[in-house]
Amino acid sequence: MPETVPTAIAVSHLVKSYAGVTAVNDISFTMARGEILGLLGPNGAGKSTTMRILTGYLPATSGTVSVCGFPVTTQPDEVKRRVGYMPENNPLPEDMRVSEYLYFRGRLKEVARRKLGPRIDEVLEVCDLKRIRHKIIGRLSKGYRQRVGIAEAILAEPPVIIMDEPTIGLDPHQILIVRDLIASLRGRMTVIISSHILPEIEVTCDRVLIINQGRIVAQGTPADLRREIIGRSTYALEYAGDPGRLPAALAPFEPAVQISAEGPPDDAGFRRVTLTTSRDDDLGEGLLRALQAESLRVRALSRAIPTLEDVFLAATRRSWEVVDRK
Amino acid sequence: MKHFWTIFSHEVRMLLVSPSTYIAAVFFLLTMGFMFTGILEQYSHAPQDSSPAIMFFEYFWVPVMFMVPLLTMRCLAEERRLGTMETLLTTPVTTPEVVLGKYGAAYGLYLALWGATGGFFYILKEFAGASSRLLDPGPLVGGYVFVAISGLLFVAVGVLASALARNQAVAGFLCFFLLSALIWGDNFLASHPAWFDREALHPIRAAVDYAWIFRHYDDFTRGVIDARQILFYLSGTVLALIFSILSVEAKQLQG
Repeated sequence: MPETVPTAIAVSHLVKSYAGVTAVNDISFTMARGEILGLLGPNGAGKSTTMRILTGYLPATSGTVSVCGFPVTTQPDEVKRRVGYMPENNPLPEDMRVSEYLYFRGRLKEVARRKLGPRIDEVLEVCDLKRIRHKIIGRLSKGYRQRVGIAEAILAEPPVIIMDEPTIGLDPHQILIVRDLIASLRGRMTVIISSHILPEIEVTCDRVLIINQGRIVAQGTPADLRREIIGRSTYALEYAGDPGRLPAALAPFEPAVQISAEGPPDDAGFRRVTLTTSRDDDLGEGLLRALQAESLRVRALSRAIPTLEDVFLAATRRSWEVVDRK
Repeated sequence: MKHFWTIFSHEVRMLLVSPSTYIAAVFFLLTMGFMFTGILEQYSHAPQDSSPAIMFFEYFWVPVMFMVPLLTMRCLAEERRLGTMETLLTTPVTTPEVVLGKYGAAYGLYLALWGATGGFFYILKEFAGASSRLLDPGPLVGGYVFVAISGLLFVAVGVLASALARNQAVAGFLCFFLLSALIWGDNFLASHPAWFDREALHPIRAAVDYAWIFRHYDDFTRGVIDARQILFYLSGTVLALIFSILSVEAKQLQG
C-alpha cells in the first residue's frame, strides 16, 4: 500500500535530456516525511528541472521518481494531489484578487467547497495576507506576491511542498518572514526549496543537496558538508613574540596544526597568522595555553567556521575540475 | 473532466472582467447594429428579394474575423507568457480540461454576443409587427443555427492560434489569418472552379467545395440542414482542439 511507505520522496537514477543536452544526469536521493531539503547549485545546474519532474509537470527521460509512494510516471494525478508547488519567479495572474485566486486554486486542488473558505482564512492568516485579501495581485509588491505563492502552495495542506527560489528578490525583513513560514512547516510537511541565498538554506534546511551540471556533487547536513568538502578547521591568530617559537607551540597538536598564512608585524608588533587543522574539535583553549607556555602574547584567537557558501564554492569547483579532467 | 466546470466558470468570470471583452462586445454590437440599420434602410427605399435576416447573417464574417481573435487570443498565450500554465498543470488538472474549459467559455461568450443581436429583430418586430414579411422565421432560425454551428469551428481556430503563439498579439494576428484563409481563401478558390479542371485536381475541388462556408450559410438560411456540413464543423472543431491540446503539451515538454 502506498500510504505505508515511510519516505516522502524517492528519486532513483533520474535523467532528463532536452534536445541532446542532459539537464539532470543520474540523480538519486530520498527524503523522509517532515524533512526540509535545500537544493543548491549554480544557474543551469538542473535544480528547477528536478523540481518540475517531482511535481509531474515534466516527464523524466529515465529513472524513477515517487512521491508519497506514488510513481510520477504512472500516477501523475495522485502525485499532483500531494504536492504544493511554487515555481521560479512565482507566476501569478495579474488581474485576480488574492482571495479569488486562492479560491480558484483551492477548487482545482480539490479542496471541498465547505472547507475552502475557512482554509483560505487560515492561510491568509499564516502568511499575513489578511489585509490585502481583496487586492488585485498585479498591484502587489514582490514580498506580498511571494507570500501569495507560498499561501497557494500550502493551501490544500499537501504532504510535500516544492518551492523554487522562494526568497528571490525579497528584502531582509521579508526573507525573515518567509523563513519563519517555511520553518513552521517542519515536521508537518516535507519541503524542498532551492535558493541562491546560502545562509537562508543553512538556517532553514535539515539537509542540503548541491547540484552542478545535473549531478549531485555533495549532500548532507551543513555540518557534514563542511567536514566532507572543506575537511579542515581554520583559526585566525594575532600574536606578538618570537616567530621561531610558534612551530614549537603548535607541535603538541596531532594531526598537525599548520601555518597556512602569515602576515608582517603591525605597529604594535602583532602578526596575523592563519592556522589550519583537520581536527574537528575546538582547539582554542589548548592553543592559548601552548602559546602562553612559549611566551607568545596573544591579542586575538578565533575559529573561522566555513560558511555554506565556502562549501558550495568548493563543491562546485571540485565538480568542474572533475569535468575538466575528463 | 472533473475540473472542466471549475476552469470554465473561472474563464467566464475572467472574460467578464476583462476590458477586451467589452471592447469586442461594443465593437460587435455597434458594427452589427449599423449593418442592420443599413439593411432596413434598403428595404425602406425599394422592395428586396430576400428577408432582412438573410442579408444580416450574410455579414457573419465581419464579427467572426474581429471578435473571435479578441475573445480567444488571451486564453492560452497569456497563460504561457505569464508562466501560470506551469502552476495550472501542476494541479490535478489535465491539458484537455484546461483547453476545453477555456474554449467553452470563449464559445459561450461568442454565442451570448450573437444572442444579443436578437434585440435588433425584437425591435423590428415591435415596430413592424409580428406578422410582417420582414420577419421571416425560417432564415432567422437558420441564420442563428449557422452562427452557432460555424462558431464552434471559428472559436476552436482562435484557441488553436492562442495555443501556438507565446504572445497574445501574435495569437490574435494568427487567428485573423487562419480565419481569413478559412472563410475568404476557400471562397476565392471555390469561385474559380476552372482552376481545378484537370482530373488530378478534382479531389482538391471537392475539398474546397466541401469547406465552402458561404455555401453552408446559404443552405442554412434556406432551411437546408446538411449533415455533411455539420460534420465538417464538428470534425474541424475536434481537430483544432486536439491540435491545441497537443501544442500545449509539446510546449510543456520543451520546458
